[in-house]
Amino acid sequence: MVVLDARGVKKSFGGVKALRGVDVTVQEGTITALIGPNGSGKTTLFNILSGVLPMDEGKVIFMNREIGNWPAYKRAALGIARTFQNLQIFQEMSVLENVMAGGFRHTSSGFMAGGLSLPKVRGEMRALEKKALKLLEELELTPYAHVQAGELPFGIQRKVEIARALALEPRLLLLDEPAAGLTTKETLALARFIHGLKERSITVFLVEHDMDLVMGISDWVIVLNFGQKIYEGTPLAVKRERTVIKAYLGEKRAKG
Amino acid sequence: MAQLIQYIFAGLTMGVIYALTGVGFNLIYNATGVINFAQGEFVMLGAMLLYTLQEVLHWSPFISLPLVFILGGVVGVVFEYGVVKPLIRLGVITVIIGTIGASVVLKGGAMLIWGKNALAVEPLISEKPVAFLGASLNTQVLVVLVVTAIAVAIFWYFFGFTILGKAIQACSVNPLAARLAGVPVERMITLSFCLSGALSALAGGLIAPITLVEYDMGTMLALKGFCAAIIGGLGNNPGAMVGGLLLGVMEGLSAGYLSSGYKDALAFLVLILVLFWRPEGLITRGKGERV
Amino acid sequence: MKRDYLILLLVTLVAFTLPMILPGDYYVEVFLFMGINILVALGLSLLMGYAGQISLGHAGFYGMGAYISGALTAHLGWPVPLAALVALVATALVAALVGWPTLRLRGHYLAMATLGLGIILYILFVQLKGITGGASGLSGIQPVHAGDLYLDTPRRYCYLVWSLVILAFLFSLNLVKSRSGLALRALHYSEVAASTLGIDVAKYKLQVFVFSCVLAALGGVLYAHYITFISPETFGFMYSIKLVVMIVLGGMYSLWGALLGGAFLSLLPEFLHRLEDLEVMVHGLILLMVLIFLPGGLTGLIQKIGEKIRGSS
Repeated sequence: MVVLDARGVKKSFGGVKALRGVDVTVQEGTITALIGPNGSGKTTLFNILSGVLPMDEGKVIFMNREIGNWPAYKRAALGIARTFQNLQIFQEMSVLENVMAGGFRHTSSGFMAGGLSLPKVRGEMRALEKKALKLLEELELTPYAHVQAGELPFGIQRKVEIARALALEPRLLLLDEPAAGLTTKETLALARFIHGLKERSITVFLVEHDMDLVMGISDWVIVLNFGQKIYEGTPLAVKRERTVIKAYLGEKRAKG
Repeated sequence: MAQLIQYIFAGLTMGVIYALTGVGFNLIYNATGVINFAQGEFVMLGAMLLYTLQEVLHWSPFISLPLVFILGGVVGVVFEYGVVKPLIRLGVITVIIGTIGASVVLKGGAMLIWGKNALAVEPLISEKPVAFLGASLNTQVLVVLVVTAIAVAIFWYFFGFTILGKAIQACSVNPLAARLAGVPVERMITLSFCLSGALSALAGGLIAPITLVEYDMGTMLALKGFCAAIIGGLGNNPGAMVGGLLLGVMEGLSAGYLSSGYKDALAFLVLILVLFWRPEGLITRGKGERV
Repeated sequence: MKRDYLILLLVTLVAFTLPMILPGDYYVEVFLFMGINILVALGLSLLMGYAGQISLGHAGFYGMGAYISGALTAHLGWPVPLAALVALVATALVAALVGWPTLRLRGHYLAMATLGLGIILYILFVQLKGITGGASGLSGIQPVHAGDLYLDTPRRYCYLVWSLVILAFLFSLNLVKSRSGLALRALHYSEVAASTLGIDVAKYKLQVFVFSCVLAALGGVLYAHYITFISPETFGFMYSIKLVVMIVLGGMYSLWGALLGGAFLSLLPEFLHRLEDLEVMVHGLILLMVLIFLPGGLTGLIQKIGEKIRGSS
């Protein structure tokens, strides 16, 4: 089943054509990677798909629903979650609170109910806390539950952000350069973790520079260059494809 | 018909001041992302300083006005180092509150130095009113328009054709790239503050002879100058000029044909309408983004 | 969080015993007006501390509450509760009208928009002479009463005001603990991240803005029906500035900042009354000094002291 289907996505910044009409299809339960040299437009496309940036032209369909230029918060309500390359965790909130925030879309009480501290509100918040604690346990983050997120080492902060995204219980998880800034050991653990997400029926779409990670876990790889899709296929096929190698010619196959 | 010309020119005159104030806003906004709530006080200081130089020290207006321009620049730089720089590390909202504080301090200080009453300033050229298309125009109106036209021309040349002008623009578009290209970003920012202060003070000096010069004139000017900037799109200088003139003329016409008690309300109404309808500004290439 | 409720309990105790032990009506009145200021400041504290927005027109909303409720009772003889309700609803509508377009935008347009709105409202208070009495003011405002029981003595009204202050704080503390509070804190730290979690940032900001304006209007209603005579100067730009100073001085990032800042600034005129002309400058200086040297305000200072004590013990 197709989870995400983007067609003819175009985006310009002033005179610069960042995306010239890109088609992307993501199959359910797969790990799809978006790669390309710097300036290829992959970050722009990623931001458009997550609703943070509006596109100029194009069609985006999520689970048979046209989401066009829907803002990010509406996409989250449908089950699209994302992480950020430069980490946007809530620095001065505890790890637990960060992850609780992730579960926001499963709550519904309003302003007045909150102020009056109605039983529904208290129940919701308790449920949110329970779920968050469980998630923390699964990700081995429990010792940090009450620590301020901003005070933790980078690798742990990354984990917290992923935990927060998972708390949303997404159908589609968008990972923005998840390996950026991680050590080799941490990247390996990340790879294992992302692979494990398949068992939770979460479809993963990631943008990444680290080729080892991409080739190691992806089911499908899409290659962009100069705002256009130049190739897509299995990791093996992509590795061998001449146009892809040419696009990367001169670039080291280095990490992040 | 004569009345209409009268209202339009009255409106253009104030409009020019709003335009200059709007440009002042834009200069600081483009350099730092901060909306400077003390911008109106810069204009007020210009008017006050002209009063002191011209009416108290009895210096010639041909010396006083340029001196006001220079002093305005000094005020701008002092403002940057005294208020903006210490607070910028705490985030934009804190700086904005800081500019609010500065505006209050400047206002309070002006009240202590120059008193609570309105001050009278002689116009640059003390001639009889000029006849134009049947309307009778104050000579200061012509002075304002001419000086502003010169200033605008200089600005246009500066930003469009000089390296320095382009360097400043580069800093606002992409500070990192500008830095990497060798542009001394900090100095460009200081220059922006300097120009913003100078321009606003000049506006104040120009308007002093034909308006009520009081310690609290800054607040309304800030609002209207901001409105001018928004009409043109925040950050867009030519837009602010057009916006200011438009606002001024609208105000002049409404004060003449409707009620003058409510004319100040017009600026606010325009502001809300523009924000509702086209926050990027009526003239494109502005910077107002929707979330 | 539990600590906040304990503090509220403490405040409640103080609020109910203080009027009994203060040596005279004058001091009770000072405490009464302090309560009103704190009520208005609380709304602003939520707006600034949680939604990260500034309003420079809160004096206008304060005035709206006072004038609408006052005029309805003075001119049309409406009962106070009804007049007050209308005043609050009207204020909420105006706030929503102004807030909606401005809060959708990224940036700090609300500050300018509220600056303008505050000025417009002031102009209206002066110009609409038929309703507001213009510059000479509005008199004949009905005091608060239930049947024959009149709440018009300083002590009784003080209890009324502070009851509402306590309730407002209770509501706000609950709010912060709730789903809405979580959303507000999230959007405070990262609007982008919050939106990707499903939080409609503009909506939350609007809700907080409207709530803060309603609290301001409530303060105005309380003011009008105690003093029974109001005039435009009370609701001018300077009061909007004072409110901002209260929040910054007390500490932007804690609701208790409204309490501390409000208390401090309400007492300031008592010490400045001979130096009235300096009032404007002093407020501006306090604002700048606190921002530069004590960004967390008084509550921030107390927190730091508390941490030092805990650290050394």
